[in-house]
Amino acid sequence: MTKRKIQMMLSVNGEDHDVSFLPHRTLLEVLREDMQLTGTKHGCELGECGTCTVLVDGEPALSCLVLGLECAGKDIQTVEGLGTAGGPHPLQKRFAELNAAQCGYCTPGILMAAQSILTKDPTPDRETLREELAGNLCRCTGYLRIYEAIEMAAEDMQHGS
Amino acid sequence: MSEYELNLGFREGGKPLRETVNLSDGTPPPWDLDTKLAVVGKDHPRLDAIDKVTGRAAYSYDRRFPNMIFAKMLRSPYGHARVKSVNLDRAKAVPGVLFAEAYQRPVNYAGQEVAGLAATSEEVLDDALQLIEVEYEVLPCSTTVDQSLNANSPRVGRAPSNVTGPDRAAPDRVARAHADADVVIEKEYRTQVQTHSCLETHGSVSVWDGDELTVYASTQATFAFRFTMARSLRHPAAKIQVVTEHMGGGFGSKFGCDGWDVFAARAARETGRPCRYLLDRREEHMIAGNRPDSLQKCKFSVKKDGTLMGAEVESYGTSGTSARGGNARNPSVYRFRAQFANSRTVMTHAGRGRAFRAPGHPQGFFALEGMMDELAEAIGMDPLAFRMKNDGHPVRAEQYKIGAKEIGWNRRKKSGSDKGPIKRGFGMASARWGHNARPGSPGAMHGAHVRIDENGDVLVANGCQDIGTGTRTLIAALAAEELGLTPSQITVRLGFTKDPLGPPSGGSQTAPSIAPVIRRAAYKAKQDLLAAVAQRTGDDASALDLRGGKVVGGKRALTFADACRMVPGGVVDVNMSGEVADYRLPQYTNEVAGVQFAEVEVDTETGLVRVVKVVAVQDCGVVVNPLLARSQINGAVIQGVSYALYENRVLDRNTGDMLNANLLDYKIAGAMDMPEIVSIAHTVFNGKTTAGVSSLGEPPAVATPGAIANAVANAIGARIRSLPITPDKVLAALGSL
Repeated sequence: MTKRKIQMMLSVNGEDHDVSFLPHRTLLEVLREDMQLTGTKHGCELGECGTCTVLVDGEPALSCLVLGLECAGKDIQTVEGLGTAGGPHPLQKRFAELNAAQCGYCTPGILMAAQSILTKDPTPDRETLREELAGNLCRCTGYLRIYEAIEMAAEDMQHGS
Repeated sequence: MSEYELNLGFREGGKPLRETVNLSDGTPPPWDLDTKLAVVGKDHPRLDAIDKVTGRAAYSYDRRFPNMIFAKMLRSPYGHARVKSVNLDRAKAVPGVLFAEAYQRPVNYAGQEVAGLAATSEEVLDDALQLIEVEYEVLPCSTTVDQSLNANSPRVGRAPSNVTGPDRAAPDRVARAHADADVVIEKEYRTQVQTHSCLETHGSVSVWDGDELTVYASTQATFAFRFTMARSLRHPAAKIQVVTEHMGGGFGSKFGCDGWDVFAARAARETGRPCRYLLDRREEHMIAGNRPDSLQKCKFSVKKDGTLMGAEVESYGTSGTSARGGNARNPSVYRFRAQFANSRTVMTHAGRGRAFRAPGHPQGFFALEGMMDELAEAIGMDPLAFRMKNDGHPVRAEQYKIGAKEIGWNRRKKSGSDKGPIKRGFGMASARWGHNARPGSPGAMHGAHVRIDENGDVLVANGCQDIGTGTRTLIAALAAEELGLTPSQITVRLGFTKDPLGPPSGGSQTAPSIAPVIRRAAYKAKQDLLAAVAQRTGDDASALDLRGGKVVGGKRALTFADACRMVPGGVVDVNMSGEVADYRLPQYTNEVAGVQFAEVEVDTETGLVRVVKVVAVQDCGVVVNPLLARSQINGAVIQGVSYALYENRVLDRNTGDMLNANLLDYKIAGAMDMPEIVSIAHTVFNGKTTAGVSSLGEPPAVATPGAIANAVANAIGARIRSLPITPDKVLAALGSL
């Protein structure tokens, strides 16, 4: 294994970052270990649970299965870029209001998946949500509130724009 | 002393219980049906929700420290083996490996540690672990309940027998009840091993500062964690702080400090660097706990008129290498003339069982409720009417009606009524759980710290954790109720063991146990604040109260903030332990009640079961926050669906290794599998404590599997007595295989 870090520019949440990391590191590791962006959670490292979902060029990606190296020139979005406590994204606002996060560990991944759904389909029906979120496991909430929160956020975004 | 007349019960019906109690001064007036509550009982969003949805909430796995090192253990791939030698030389020679240990002990389960390493990076660890040389003598293992029940099976550890626990025969009165019955049914029910599958795995980060240790742990019992860590390190508990601000699921499996936590703390101490050990997914499945399986031999009897006669259950459950805790709980909620259960733990070469959301109960109620339906069918009685006839619980009597209406029980038809391959079915089941409100123990009572600053800021602190249920928000609502504020005006500090003692989150005891002491401390803070106001305004302090952010009952119009500025010294500071008397009030019932109804569709061509709808009616005492309570019930139901239809730990019978130690082959219910869920948090002013808050986390997990299995039997006209109800079992039951 090479022990020499590589240095490259990564565009995360709309900002270019000069990051140095070991070339075998996954995007999940680069985000969490090298950039201290721990909003993206570590669940299984095997691409099975969806906890580490981020957006790469707008598409949901399991960051544990993507190499950091592969992301040169790509636009990476994580939960930290979605909104802030002072200015939350409608999805974040509705998730908080409806108690769609219980232990909250799967929440960042689900928010990113939801963000991608709404970009493609501003008024998704329940069946679309079920299918699109099939890769994101949640052990606490029973998903119901998650669907409702996304639907309400979708409505907010329609009326807001 | 003050005298209160308690009016206990629930609003929808039943006969209320009226009792008079005398409580000492300083005790907040107990809540009952007549209390007008401003905050409690209303929906309040989770206080820390914004932290969770923005990624700011720091879980143990997210803790980062300069110079942090990483720990991991090499684990046996064999369930039963003798470790002949462990050679660490090549691993130790890898640059970056800082700490190494070998454990040359008999191996009794796959996943048992054989060596431990700590190193400067996870990459170094992975490399070095592969260089450890272990010589095993592989021994035959016993991995199933049937195998271990055989007296000739390989022994687990040094136990004289793989079967432990009482071995009693049913008393004669049970046999007499059977003899007097019209129908006697004997059947065998089975359930599988389920793993907790917490999304954040077990583990912790240990940071030493001199001889002071801080452990950032993913635990549902901060104080128990500290106790075990102190004992394991032989280090004073006073010099250890456990921090758990957020944790990613526990469900019973994160009840204390584990070997890997101690290893990381020792590696940190030896190297002088912070050390992290969070399990990987495979370890999580294999060594961090599971719900024991069960084999339940049931013999039940009934009279033709629906009178329940005898019930006896002989049950066995495997708890891996543990000699305890494998037993299914077979408490009956129904009025049998005579009943008896003998439950034994069976040891296997497998990871230990741990408490899992209502330990023993989903197993026991799956068998009980299946047998109830079998009896009802045998005498031609409707399963709901049959239960209502035989259940004496006043709360469930109402819940049956609520649930039947919500599911549309009148849509239930006889098996075989549907044309075509998709068959619809309806089923139901009951649940019970204790009112687990605990004051702590003598000398270690739960406590609370309430501090009100002169600018009106309120802090409430307790050292317990929020397992995900919303304890932080619950505490805020309780304090806000006393102080006439809203929950969002209260800051709650939770999860630091330097703060007052709090309960572990197990047995669904956190909310009921913490509520009385939070109330008492907030009540005292209010009295101190109002006394200061009275002194300044000349009011009679006992005439004053705090409501809607104002001081009411006095001469002057004062806001809460005005009042806070009148406190001499500027601060109201209350540090208080609970009083046992607060937990010994009269009770309406001695257990919480629940019922669930399920509607399913079964495809008789593929064997696939789809749960269409679940109605869960759950008594939770005084519901502090219905928004969060309903979420709890939703979550319990989806875990029940998952357990009933999908989850199953599979061990290699030859080696004892787990074959599906991941989240792809170990299937948990996902977004596609969700039924419509109607969760009804049923408020019952039950008494017992001054708050009357009761247990909620576990009870709604009890009934779901039984209700689903009964619905499947109604749909296809054949009963599947083993979980999970997979397509192959459905097709076999239909005779299609």
